[in-house]
Amino acid sequence: MTTEPVSDQPRRKLRNFALLSNRAGAAFLTPAGLLVSVFVIVPFFWIIFVSFTNRTLLGKTALNPEFVGLANYLTLFDPSNFFQRGQFGFSLILTTQFVLASALLGQALLGLLLAWLIQTVPPWVKRITETFVIAAWILPEVVIGFAWFAFLDRDQGTLNALLTGVGLPKGDFLLEQPFWVIVVFNTWRGAAFSMMLFGSAFSSIPPSYFQAADVAGASSWQKFKDIGLPLIRGHIVTDLILITMWTFNTFTPFLLTNGGPSYRTELVSIYNYRVAFHDFQFGKGAAVGVIMMLINLAFALVYLGIGRKKKG
Amino acid sequence: MKLTLPAFVGRIAFSALAALIGAAFALPLLWFLFAPFNARAELGLAVPDPWTLSNFVTVFGNSFAVQALWNSLIQSVGGVILVGAAATLAAYALSRSSLPGKGAVTYILLLFSSVVSGSAAMVPIFLIVSAAGLIDTHLAVILTFAGGLLPTAMFILRDFIDSIPKSYEESAMVAGASPVQAFFDVALPVIRPGIVVVVVWGFVNIWGSFLIPFILLRSDDQMPASVAIYSFYSEAGTPIVTLLAAYSLIYSLPVIALYLFVSWKFGFRFFGGIKA
Repeated sequence: MTTEPVSDQPRRKLRNFALLSNRAGAAFLTPAGLLVSVFVIVPFFWIIFVSFTNRTLLGKTALNPEFVGLANYLTLFDPSNFFQRGQFGFSLILTTQFVLASALLGQALLGLLLAWLIQTVPPWVKRITETFVIAAWILPEVVIGFAWFAFLDRDQGTLNALLTGVGLPKGDFLLEQPFWVIVVFNTWRGAAFSMMLFGSAFSSIPPSYFQAADVAGASSWQKFKDIGLPLIRGHIVTDLILITMWTFNTFTPFLLTNGGPSYRTELVSIYNYRVAFHDFQFGKGAAVGVIMMLINLAFALVYLGIGRKKKG
Repeated sequence: MKLTLPAFVGRIAFSALAALIGAAFALPLLWFLFAPFNARAELGLAVPDPWTLSNFVTVFGNSFAVQALWNSLIQSVGGVILVGAAATLAAYALSRSSLPGKGAVTYILLLFSSVVSGSAAMVPIFLIVSAAGLIDTHLAVILTFAGGLLPTAMFILRDFIDSIPKSYEESAMVAGASPVQAFFDVALPVIRPGIVVVVVWGFVNIWGSFLIPFILLRSDDQMPASVAIYSFYSEAGTPIVTLLAAYSLIYSLPVIALYLFVSWKFGFRFFGGIKA
């Protein structure tokens, strides 16, 4: 055993207050740094480059793509067909409606309602309800896609069996109302996150606030409106930004509808997949990806900005 | 506690509403409680008569289905080993060294990881993987997920390590341990619960993923169960419902088991980015 490092170590520690030398620290960071660089940071810059080329999967332009300037973006934003089904504008508007209806209204409101209800109901009701809401959220997306495929089946599906049971007409919902199907589907799939976030926010409010309101004879709605809601405002903002980003990027509805029928559920993520991997137009697909990333960036900056303000 | 009549009615109404919403969430999943055990299962809800395990026997006799489960396991385990090891080392460096700009590193990583989602970056990811000659290999999926999950994993683990007092390692070093020894022998055992959380989270993410293996893999013998199930019900024309029901249940079991394990062991705390 040598004593040298021991006498050397404290001096160095006093200098920079670190347990790990810079050299060891850099070595520890290297594997993660490489992986993240290659699969997160390089794609970010590479996609911008590819979006200015006419690269395809097959053919001459697969190996020697040409620089085409803004041509891909001009095609995406071509005013003559921008709003047509199967075009980028249609997907973008559809996705906006999808985010508004299924995330901001569906998931957030349902999550809020569930989080509030669960505070007051008997434990066994709470446990059963929570179990199913969370199951919808944690099960693999392919299983969920297949479950809904069976659930909505026109002839035998559980939903139509129920409707028939109460005397309502059957419907082929995947064909007739595909947009509302994916809205309900995504609300169902993701409400658990908002429920848990709001639930933990509610439970961090000191119980004495509610007890005081009880003594004053407040109703549940008054307690919710005047105590619960104002105190979790920060959590609501966090929740809305996160579920907006996830819903904007989700690919799961593809597993239920494939983007159809006739492009009526083709969200931008699914549009991106079709352009790049069905039509093999990588340049155009990359341009779609760039626009998606810019939208993601705007939300992420808002989110991280709020997080920083809270900490600092 | 005394309850007035309106308050009592209100409570019952609350319970009824909560139960009703719970039932609505259960409805699309009910089918999975019955169909896997019904040898004549169709898309309709029916109680099996008799209950049987024959569908599971069929699944395990189907070599493609079994191979796909095996592929899922290879990709998920490979991915979490990389994520767990690289994230632990990196998070430790971010927490314990005084590298210049390490605060900025965390911020930039978080920013990039939320901007570069799989569905936005599928084109460059595909191009990078094919440039590396890794299309249609397990390694492609493993590396892609390791890169994508690492920023969040590092963030979770750095928070965890920050909460551990430095005095543990300091006293080890006073006793003569090198920094690297202090990491492996003192810090690592204390960090282990945090690593378990990250590994479970990573496993569930990779196991359940669809899009990345769907675009990076081509041949049947590389495909994970998620893509296999999708091809069973989307391309086959008339899906073989009995096989699919049992197969989906088997495929879901690890996720359910891990969820139960985490909530039993840690109480289900969840982190901002639990889903990638």
